Amino acid sequence: MRTIANLSRRGFLQGVVGAGALVLGAYYVPKLLRSHESSPGNTDADRAPLHPDAFVGIATDGTVFIVAHRSEMGTVIRTSLPLVVADELDADWKRVKIEQAIGDPRYGDQNTDGSHSIRSFFDVMRQAGATARLMLIQAAAQKWATPASECHAELHSVVHSATGRRLPYGELASAAARLPVPRKSDVRLKTRNEWRYIGKGMTSYDLSELCTGRALYGMDVRREGMIFASIEHPPVLGGKVRSVDNSETLKVPGVHQTVPIDPFQPPPAFQPLGGIAVVADNTWAAFQGRKKLKIEWDNGPNAAYDSDRYRKELHATARKPGKIVRNVGDADSIFGKPSNLFDADYYVPLLAHASMEPMVATAEFRDGKVTAWAPTQNPQAVQAIISQELGIPKENVTCHVTLLGGGFGRKSKPDYVAEAAVLSKKTGRPVKVVWSREDDIKFDYFNAVAAMYMKAALDSRGKPIAWLQRSVFPPITSIFDANAVYGDPAHLQQGWTDLPYDIPNLRVENGPAPAHVRIGWLRSVANIYHAFAVQTFTAELAHRAGRDALEYLLELIGPARTLDLKNTDYPNYGADSATYPWETGRLRRVTEMVAEKSGWGKRKPGKGTGFGIAAHRSFLTYVATVVEVEVNDQGDFTIPRVDTVVDAGLVVNPDVTRAQFEGAAVFGTSVARSGEITAKNGVIEQSNFDTYPVARINEAPYQTNVHLVDSAAPPAGVGEPGVPPFIPALCNAIFAATGKRVRELPLSKTSLATKS
Amino acid sequence: MSTSRHWLFDHAMGSDPVRKVECESWKSLDQTEVGRFFFPVANPAERSFDAEDEMIQLKVNAIDRSFDGDPEMPLLWYLRDILGLTGTKFGCGIALCGACTVHKNGEALRSCITPMSSLAGAEIRTIEDIGAGGLHPVQKMWMQFNVPQCGYCQSGQIMQAIALLKEKPKPTDQDIDEGMASNICRCGTYQRIRAAIKAAAEENA
Repeated sequence: MRTIANLSRRGFLQGVVGAGALVLGAYYVPKLLRSHESSPGNTDADRAPLHPDAFVGIATDGTVFIVAHRSEMGTVIRTSLPLVVADELDADWKRVKIEQAIGDPRYGDQNTDGSHSIRSFFDVMRQAGATARLMLIQAAAQKWATPASECHAELHSVVHSATGRRLPYGELASAAARLPVPRKSDVRLKTRNEWRYIGKGMTSYDLSELCTGRALYGMDVRREGMIFASIEHPPVLGGKVRSVDNSETLKVPGVHQTVPIDPFQPPPAFQPLGGIAVVADNTWAAFQGRKKLKIEWDNGPNAAYDSDRYRKELHATARKPGKIVRNVGDADSIFGKPSNLFDADYYVPLLAHASMEPMVATAEFRDGKVTAWAPTQNPQAVQAIISQELGIPKENVTCHVTLLGGGFGRKSKPDYVAEAAVLSKKTGRPVKVVWSREDDIKFDYFNAVAAMYMKAALDSRGKPIAWLQRSVFPPITSIFDANAVYGDPAHLQQGWTDLPYDIPNLRVENGPAPAHVRIGWLRSVANIYHAFAVQTFTAELAHRAGRDALEYLLELIGPARTLDLKNTDYPNYGADSATYPWETGRLRRVTEMVAEKSGWGKRKPGKGTGFGIAAHRSFLTYVATVVEVEVNDQGDFTIPRVDTVVDAGLVVNPDVTRAQFEGAAVFGTSVARSGEITAKNGVIEQSNFDTYPVARINEAPYQTNVHLVDSAAPPAGVGEPGVPPFIPALCNAIFAATGKRVRELPLSKTSLATKS
Repeated sequence: MSTSRHWLFDHAMGSDPVRKVECESWKSLDQTEVGRFFFPVANPAERSFDAEDEMIQLKVNAIDRSFDGDPEMPLLWYLRDILGLTGTKFGCGIALCGACTVHKNGEALRSCITPMSSLAGAEIRTIEDIGAGGLHPVQKMWMQFNVPQCGYCQSGQIMQAIALLKEKPKPTDQDIDEGMASNICRCGTYQRIRAAIKAAAEENA
């Protein structure tokens, strides 16, 4: 670690800081992009005199630099993690400047995906802040010649408790920098009651910029001499250009040239799709030039892909024995006996992310090195794919992370950034690649299409004594392994192998499905289709048994216990099962609470109105949701109210967390109402918000009440877990309102009209 | 907003980009990382069109502008790629999402489908000009209710909301549904948008 040996370097750095006043002045407007072009890792935090680790630096003027190494796509993580540092440092938030990290392994994992930023980095951030605090206290103690134990930190100063003497952080930074970085075991973290910001939260560091058009997204990056590119991708995955006629394209004013991009070597992973790029003076000219291209394609084997046929195949596979992924008791022997059996098939189609900012990236190739500016969830993957595509070392790729205009998992896959790098190398100019909305919808990494078969043997009270569930979906692993057809544990765990029900005979299976499009993560991923099947089937069983859906759900969850998944390949979202056990008591609690908060069973539904309930754990967070729906005679529906109760353990930033669950209800509404991507002859049939509609203000829930459980448990995910229970709760509400059971999404497939 | 403005901000507010490039402060800032980062693309249309094509004269954020590029170019790309006014966003290109909303003569306009040829004499106002003389009540309420998540659609939402409030100073829920349904927010901030619009209406009262 850095100790006194840093002195000489500090001298140099102070010179830089002095000369850098102008630089700092220039930073104020685009504060997101305060990261630097050269010297990867050379941040203001690093350059500040006191910088005990990569995440924090304190300057002599008292400015606290905190590095945000996760990507900002609307979860406010760029604020919430630095807030944890600031709390342990006892810093004045007004004097904190956040720097966005470039991609650099020294920050650890930067793939802002899987709802784990807080969970994985809470302790790291606390340690970073507390270490700097201790060093400042020690420096003050040295100056006052008192024991450090007599001093404490208090909002950007160190105070001598007995005399009230006080030294601000800025004045201590240089002295503190001469001290050795304390060992982790010597650093005392604050107790919960000492927290200043954690649990209270803070608005986004970027709030003002976001409301004034000054926030800078990947779409807004500009470079000197930059040209704009729009790419005609092969319409079918794996297709290749057979011939191209660009003569009309080159006549379009502003078009410079067309540039071929090689097709990917299977499997696709994050490689560019290939195709023909049109390079021009501005985005519009590139779009216009592209329309004039005449290309003949060799579509390859995926041209046989047809969603209607594929859907039937998935259902058929789901009706056949599959790979057993969890087994309790002996479900087969129960199903073999004459008993009260009930089974049902469920279906969820391919889904597109449709973030408001389409894929876009800027890259500059120069002297064997690439600098990229991208709205990416995963800057280290940007380094890796550009390194691979251009045959240069990863260290020669610098990836700046801009704000993301939405991500939802799509921007974890940096194929579009690689395209910009390839084109910059080929044209010798900085290139901005801009995808149209049509490109974004057609060339997504889609959430998997899935069929689920559910079967239960019921006792005389209608409670399951045996349960079988089998899901079939093309796996995400298919983008990395062309032969992959089965779900992997990381996705089968998502609301499937961890069925939390108290049933003596249980079998969970998965069947094979080949992929014909790129499959990828989308906000809550496999939880979407798994929760839809489990929570709808549960409500169906309750209805058949003549029971209240809430009571029945609680009975299936059973008594509070730790779920035993020892004989199951269950990764628990990468978390230690001792720290994050699967506690059915917490699922019960959120379910009971949501019933109470929503007035379940107390508010009487009016004509065409219904309530639905669902509960689900994902990303280590327990969520239960009640949806109220109002369906008119024509089958149009509105969602007057949603109540959702969330046990995410410790919540760092409560208002931001509530916003995530409000947003998840809207996202779930989009999936349920109209979310459907289909292919014919291998070509995606949807293209824009007309054919792939997402919820608008008049279609979204009118009011979503989010109730956060006050929990002592360690922090869990909040970005994704609101989506899975919302969708079945909505569909269960529609059943309550109309008597129409929804087993296939989206709802636009089912007429809800009671009168024609 | 700091008093120490980045030159790009002034540029974005409508001062002449060419003159800006030539000024001394620009040159010194060009030596910084940030200055290079935001070098403007200030060459509107290098290729000239037929001689009989007339220059299109319009006002953008109260600054007189002439455009001599492709008359079919939508206003969105003129604003973003040529003037560098990137607060107005590209979302769909066919007027389905509202991310590109600006004001033309005070009314909401989808800039992504509006060709420059239709804008002779028009007065265009973008998000950059809305908060220029202090935050608009709508922006204030957007901040008070923590409306934005990713924020990408919010320039368009704010422009649309201002236009709505001009027409309906006390909007009902139905007015808000009708007035704002043109604008998609994929993060799902609608509940807060509704609350912020109502609060801004109160503020105006």
